[in-house]
Amino acid sequence: MKMIQAIIRREKLEAVKQALDAIHCPGMMVWEIVGHGKQKGITEQYRGREFRVDFLPKTKIEIVVSDSKVKAIVDVIIKVANTDKVGDGKIFIIPVEDAVRIRTGEKGEVAVS
Amino acid sequence: MSKKISWLLIGFFLLSIAMPLIAKAADIAPDPAGTSTGKAIDVPAAVAGSPTLEELAATAGHNRVAINMMWTLITGFLVMFMQAGFAMVETGLTRAKNVAHTMAMNFMVYPLGMLGFYVCGFAFMFGGLGPIATMGGFNGLNHEISITLMGKSFGLFGGKGFFLTGQGYDVAVFALFLFQMVFMDTTATIPTGAMAERWKYISFFIYALCVGTVIYPIYGNWVWGGGWLAMLGQNFHLGHGHVDFAGSSVVHMTGGVIALVGAWFIGPRIGKFNKDKSPNPIPGHNIPMAVIGTFILAFGWFGFNPGSTLAGTDLRIAVVAVNTMLASATSAVVATIWMWAVRTKKPDPSMMCNGLLAGLVAITAPCAFVNSVSACIIGIVSGVLVVEAVYFFEGVLKIDDPVGAISVHGVNGAWGVLALGLFADGTYGDGWNGVAGTVKGLFYGDSSQFIAECVGVLANLVYIGLISLIVFKLIDIFVGTRVAPEAEIEGLDVPEMGVPGYVGVKMDKFSETPFSK
Repeated sequence: MKMIQAIIRREKLEAVKQALDAIHCPGMMVWEIVGHGKQKGITEQYRGREFRVDFLPKTKIEIVVSDSKVKAIVDVIIKVANTDKVGDGKIFIIPVEDAVRIRTGEKGEVAVS
Repeated sequence: MSKKISWLLIGFFLLSIAMPLIAKAADIAPDPAGTSTGKAIDVPAAVAGSPTLEELAATAGHNRVAINMMWTLITGFLVMFMQAGFAMVETGLTRAKNVAHTMAMNFMVYPLGMLGFYVCGFAFMFGGLGPIATMGGFNGLNHEISITLMGKSFGLFGGKGFFLTGQGYDVAVFALFLFQMVFMDTTATIPTGAMAERWKYISFFIYALCVGTVIYPIYGNWVWGGGWLAMLGQNFHLGHGHVDFAGSSVVHMTGGVIALVGAWFIGPRIGKFNKDKSPNPIPGHNIPMAVIGTFILAFGWFGFNPGSTLAGTDLRIAVVAVNTMLASATSAVVATIWMWAVRTKKPDPSMMCNGLLAGLVAITAPCAFVNSVSACIIGIVSGVLVVEAVYFFEGVLKIDDPVGAISVHGVNGAWGVLALGLFADGTYGDGWNGVAGTVKGLFYGDSSQFIAECVGVLANLVYIGLISLIVFKLIDIFVGTRVAPEAEIEGLDVPEMGVPGYVGVKMDKFSETPFSK
């Protein structure tokens, strides 16, 4: 089992969600975050004074799936969330030790499929 | 059952078409066009329908006063609504974590200022006014307390009309009180913007009681109540004395100077200045609120300026209203272009709003005395003045003014009366402050008028500066002025007011404070 953490542009969320639905991704969690990578921030101004905004709004999608589905999901996200510009985001793959479905008590990969 | 109802309905229907037929010929014809309503019979007369010349003249005079009083009251209602405008502008230009507190200050200043003015402020300001000429000439406010210097009488403050009792219980006095009260409340609410986001509510509360009782009315008496600034014309041949039609100095410069002293006294917000004194911007949380508030103020200003004739029968109101509008427009456009092309390459929305307001403040004194071209020029100057003043107070003097109150009201209030001293063109104001002839400025041949305006500006700076310093210092001794740093960083809503202004809205309160490098 792996957790796929995809950090993407805010405006790409709807496109990524629909593409994941099309390949029958079992579920996802969505966070609104701020952050930066090499892109750093931008300069805004208010009443004549400039100020740096170092953290930019992004969206983090977390999906926990069995190992066999990881590649398909990652490929879809890369295809849909890519704009060829700095700031498109990153995907992290994290191993998950166990998962439990609260309603039934099922454990393991069957809980996330 | 439905058969009974059917018979009932048929019965009502027959009755309704029968009623006109039953009606007798004694029915009176209605007047849908309005051409026959209002006739000689409506003039109060001993013989109904045949008034004598005296009765007709009395009615004409009463109607004239009625027009003037209605005008004064209705424009006063418009100015009252400016309280909402100020509340929106100030809250929009400050942070979300302080909205309940900022709004509560702007809200409370209305009743507290009014009550202070009612108890004694109005009496101090207008107790020695003399006859209320446009509304019947009642002369009950006839006690001015003066001192004699250099053989001349210097009116200081009035002594009639406390609690609007005694000779104050007169309809003209009441109308005047309402109108002047909403002007006082405009002054009262200006400093709340400059001192927002760190002012203890109890400290503000006491200030609000002081502004309507002593700070505002004394200078107001000097200019509008027949006091010594108004008498500079009669006493020292300085034009028509210090002339200020609707209050650039009495209302706006007073508010701006209190704001300056208060903002300096209370100190800058946490995070506003770095160790090297360079300023950090603290963006307001709601630009739409600020813009709507600006429009509400601009609308209310149609009461502020034209209403100051205190007479709907004084048709100069048309000139006043248009001058007001034009100055606001040129000021807003110039302020925008100044930011866009000269200062920051972006048309900043909050500066647009400050620009419009600066034009309104600057035209408030001269609006009745200048032509439309001069009104436009006055607005152009105020558009540049307000932007540069913001940079000056923040960047040079290191005074934190969250909403630009000092720049909009203080600086442009002074410019407004000085502009009157320059641009007054002699088409209005015959007999103003008891001096024969119309009001003329430097550019139209009377340099002494400009000098009188300068004296008024200096007097405002000195008196208002001193009295507000004393008031703030005394309040500070008894209850303090500034909230604790923890409360300021968390947001004043819960610590000071007990409730958050925005419930259920995610706010990262702690990140809204800039880091002082």
